Amino acid sequence: MINITIQNIEEETAVLDVQQFEGHSLMEALKSSGYDLLAACGGMALCASCRIEIEKGIGALAEPFGQELDTLDVLPDAAISSRLSCQLKVNQEMDGMHIRIPKS
Amino acid sequence: MHYRCRPVGLFAVFEAGLLKMRCHVVDVLQQVGGQLAEVYPSKPIYDIPGYPEIQARQLIERLMEQIASFRPGYTLGERVESVERQTDGSLVIATNDGTQIACKVLVIAAGLGCFEPRKPNIDDLSKYEGHGVSYMIKDHNVFENKKVVLAGGGDAALDWAILLADIAQKITLVHRGNTFRGSPDSAQKVVDLAKQGKMDLILESNLIAVNGQESLESVLLEGRDKSITELQADYLIPLFGLSPHLGPITNWQLSIDKSAIPVNPVDYSTDSERIYAIGDINTYPGKLNLILCGFHEAALMAQSAFKYVFPDQKLSFKYTTVYGKPTI
Repeated sequence: MINITIQNIEEETAVLDVQQFEGHSLMEALKSSGYDLLAACGGMALCASCRIEIEKGIGALAEPFGQELDTLDVLPDAAISSRLSCQLKVNQEMDGMHIRIPKS
Repeated sequence: MHYRCRPVGLFAVFEAGLLKMRCHVVDVLQQVGGQLAEVYPSKPIYDIPGYPEIQARQLIERLMEQIASFRPGYTLGERVESVERQTDGSLVIATNDGTQIACKVLVIAAGLGCFEPRKPNIDDLSKYEGHGVSYMIKDHNVFENKKVVLAGGGDAALDWAILLADIAQKITLVHRGNTFRGSPDSAQKVVDLAKQGKMDLILESNLIAVNGQESLESVLLEGRDKSITELQADYLIPLFGLSPHLGPITNWQLSIDKSAIPVNPVDYSTDSERIYAIGDINTYPGKLNLILCGFHEAALMAQSAFKYVFPDQKLSFKYTTVYGKPTI
């Protein structure tokens, strides 16, 4: 199991097992599980409409780079905890992670 | 009539044209192509039938070529604000620039909405919009001898900072990072201008507040070390890229479900007669946000819309291989 605790834009919290999405992007896992993410560019790290905040477990993720870093860098309120879920591949290291989907 | 000229909207012009229905296309962007042209023009697309690989920009060019003979009208750079129904059931749409267009059918092919400037989350920011706060620069001469604060770290922020350095009385570029992700040449120019004293460069800082009476007078910045700085400013121009929003569509009395318009999958009609929604903007059971699905939706929409455009005519289905393309 890869359990992730997710707070949605209504600030409701639930635990989601994303094991079946291992190797796919976290954005796909969230969208497929009914979370309201626009992901307008479809996963190219260009639009930031799949942005999430990592509330716990950011150490398990590699640092953002390339297009993700470019896009995060121009967001007015991005923080160290901000990531684009389309650029995060679901893996075992994510087990126990807490994320928050901010209001766009 | 089609609102937004994204790929699905452009193909809808073709499908309507086959039935001799002439379209007028409205898009808030200055160019056709919507999200493809705005967000990923050079990205390859692999799932367009007949094209093993095609760049988004090329697809738009091909679609423009395909619809040219149907002579659609274009209103670009304007956003449809309102839709008013007439007594005969037809519609009149009005744009933010006051353009009014009468139509028998409205097709919303707005993708994931309007790409609008991304705004920083600051209290009262909207109060100063048009009174010192602007998200785009139309006439740089208004900044002559003014104190201007630009915020952002991308190409737009860098390019405008360079241009306004020779025009404004004082230009300050604020960026939350300590490096720029925009063009290295532009970034170097900005650093050089700052060294020459032609602009102030404030890095690792965020905009946190705007102040003023009738119009903007100052902005507050918070540094990474939590220090607060107040800058006198006649203008603040946040340049944080674009983000998608549904915009005024939410005011058109249409049902909205999670940023999409529910439609009848038989013909992609909305719950408002004569208004259709096709492409990424719509939702129905089994919906796939794919361009090729949008093309299919455009064909069925056109067949359904025919009855409103030509109520006295009987629709007969025709193959282009047999009848070619009609002229309008």
